[in-house]
Amino acid sequence: MYSNLWLIPFFPLLGSIINGLVGKRIKSEKVIGGFATLLVFFSFLVACQNFFRLLGDNVKTHEIVIFSWMSVGKLQVDWGFLLDPLSAVMILVVTGVGTLIHLYSIGYMHGEEGYYRFFSYMNLFAFAMLMLVLGSNALVMFIGWEGVGLCSYLLIGYYIEKQSAGDAAKKAFVVNRIGDFGFLCGLFVLYWTLGSKGVWTFNFVEIAENAHLLETGGLVVTVVTLCFFLGACGKSAQIPLFTWLPDAMEGPTPVSALIHAATMVTAGVYMIGRMNILFAMAPSTMLTIAIVGAATAFFAATIGLAQNDIKRVLAYSTVSQLGYMFLAMGVGAFSAGIFHLMTHAFFKACLFLGSGSVIHGLHHAYHHAHLHDDPQDMRNMGGLRKKMPITFITFLVSTIAISGIPLFSGFFSKDEILWWSFGSTRGHWLLWLLGALAAAMTAFYMFRLVFMTFFGEQKTDARAKDHIPESPLTITIPLMVLGLLAVIGGYIGVPAILGGANHFHHFLDPVFGKSLHLFHIEAHGTHATEYTLMAVSVAVAVIGIFVAWVMYIKNPELPAKFVTKFAGAHKIVFNKWYIDELYDFLFVNPCKKIGTFFWRGFDVKVVDGIVNGVAWVTRGIGSGLKYTQSGYLHNYAVAMVVGVVMIVGFYVFG
Amino acid sequence: MISVHHYLLLSAILFCIGIFGVLTRKNAIVIFMCIEVMLNSVNLTFIALSRHVGNMDGQIFVFFVMTVAAAEAAVGLALIIAFFKNKESVDVDDFNMLKW
Repeated sequence: MYSNLWLIPFFPLLGSIINGLVGKRIKSEKVIGGFATLLVFFSFLVACQNFFRLLGDNVKTHEIVIFSWMSVGKLQVDWGFLLDPLSAVMILVVTGVGTLIHLYSIGYMHGEEGYYRFFSYMNLFAFAMLMLVLGSNALVMFIGWEGVGLCSYLLIGYYIEKQSAGDAAKKAFVVNRIGDFGFLCGLFVLYWTLGSKGVWTFNFVEIAENAHLLETGGLVVTVVTLCFFLGACGKSAQIPLFTWLPDAMEGPTPVSALIHAATMVTAGVYMIGRMNILFAMAPSTMLTIAIVGAATAFFAATIGLAQNDIKRVLAYSTVSQLGYMFLAMGVGAFSAGIFHLMTHAFFKACLFLGSGSVIHGLHHAYHHAHLHDDPQDMRNMGGLRKKMPITFITFLVSTIAISGIPLFSGFFSKDEILWWSFGSTRGHWLLWLLGALAAAMTAFYMFRLVFMTFFGEQKTDARAKDHIPESPLTITIPLMVLGLLAVIGGYIGVPAILGGANHFHHFLDPVFGKSLHLFHIEAHGTHATEYTLMAVSVAVAVIGIFVAWVMYIKNPELPAKFVTKFAGAHKIVFNKWYIDELYDFLFVNPCKKIGTFFWRGFDVKVVDGIVNGVAWVTRGIGSGLKYTQSGYLHNYAVAMVVGVVMIVGFYVFG
Repeated sequence: MISVHHYLLLSAILFCIGIFGVLTRKNAIVIFMCIEVMLNSVNLTFIALSRHVGNMDGQIFVFFVMTVAAAEAAVGLALIIAFFKNKESVDVDDFNMLKW
């Protein structure tokens, strides 16, 4: 019944191969971009079809095996896809947002060198991401997991002539490898432990069914889940592995929107959701996740307060919002985490694409005026709302959504997370406090961004300020669709207390219900508490917006005064808490030193010494012995006879 | 009465003559003939022992040796002719180009 599931990852793979192989010969950008977009759109259609089938189906978990991959002893691994509510949500988000961002890229990447390369990578990314979320066993998932990492590397380093882009790509790749190491270790331990109990499997359904073989809260399950969490940290940019994500902004803006906001970075959250039963069995891991998530949400938000690069603010905001999702996973609010993943995909993709639209416009204006100002620096913006009305409105809507203002999508998802982190059996009020503070800061820095960019007087160079155009339709249509989704996307998950039915939660229940039920994870508290928390989170958001308004609209000179008064704090935050410098000091430089030592000391002296020494000895012996090759037949004959005599003598007399 | 020892002794004498010839003569054709003498001395050993032991394997071996010797003679003489065409000589001391 779901046998056409394989088409979903197949279409983008096809597009990637065709554009990669023959794209260079296709001269028309519209053909390349249109083809790539269309194929992702086809995937979206197939995903929709399967999603609606699943909605009407009583059985919610379907495994479709395409063919056997490997069969070794008791291990049987298939190329199989798993369709359940969780993966259905994910494929809709990936293909839906993916289609819009592909469409956007047609206009945004216009005239770039290597246009076909970009679309080939983007399609490859869509393929890998779909394999990740659809894989029915951990090995297929791992292929997707590595594939998205590779595409992320390729696309961050898209501007190959830029040193900084190459460095950022390498950084992302290396940091991701640390996470992948954790993921693999967890997988191996899990495989061996389950195997020693008689279940040799990588299949998610079988793992979930046999999870009871492991001891709840025991050492094994804790170690396994902590290893998985390390993997999730790498992919989803959590403390301590978050430093690569802000640097990843070196890539083109659609890449930041698709990979580093909407889809790839949420893979860690998805993975925890996929293995939720294991995580539910390990309360100490859950607590770790919740603490790391809340800390990341708070910490990244503080950095976002002081950045001036429009994309970096959004990058730290993404790290912060991912922290929210991990906080949700850690307190057992699995469906709320996935809900926030989805709404975040809408509004953050819209924000990134909006910032791309602004950068595109400014770039155009600077190009027109032959200037070389930084089109990403918000200090050069201001007053753009009249120049770019569509971008402005969609951006504003998404900003309201991320700030958690009622009736917009971000409110419902964020509020559910905050409620669970306070009221869940695995929550704590301190986690809630960190989350609420982060929410206030989010509202502040996002509105700071909006005010600096779209309001106030225009600070763009006078020669360029009159040449800022609104972006073309291929750019604004995705913005409008995503902006609309950012408004209404939350209504599928309105909580019961607000008179909603929380369809989203019930839809995901077949995936998460078992672990919530088995381990008694629930959010409890009176309605009064829930209303109070809701009011508090709305209040802090409004306060954040108000402070931003006072500082950047009413008294534009205030921020400068602030900076001089709290110079020390500002410096620390502006320099991102010196985390990069700290890591350079602790890990990067020692690694380089060790590398240099092994290069200069070991490789050059010992390894090369041995190799060259062998050659030197051989040459010396050869130059001595070459005189035996006299060229006279008799010498050889004598040598042979003497040799034969010696051998015979040895056997006869020896 | 001629026993197997006499055959073996004769064979050994022939073999030594062959070796002596290979080591001392300079003419390639003579060296070649000496090799043939050595081969035939081995043949003699084979046949003598075959008869002595009462097993025909040795005599069959001799046929192989003769076949190989014939082939070797063809190839060897051809090489000597080719060399003579180049150097106007069959002296092995002139065959000394392959060296360090």
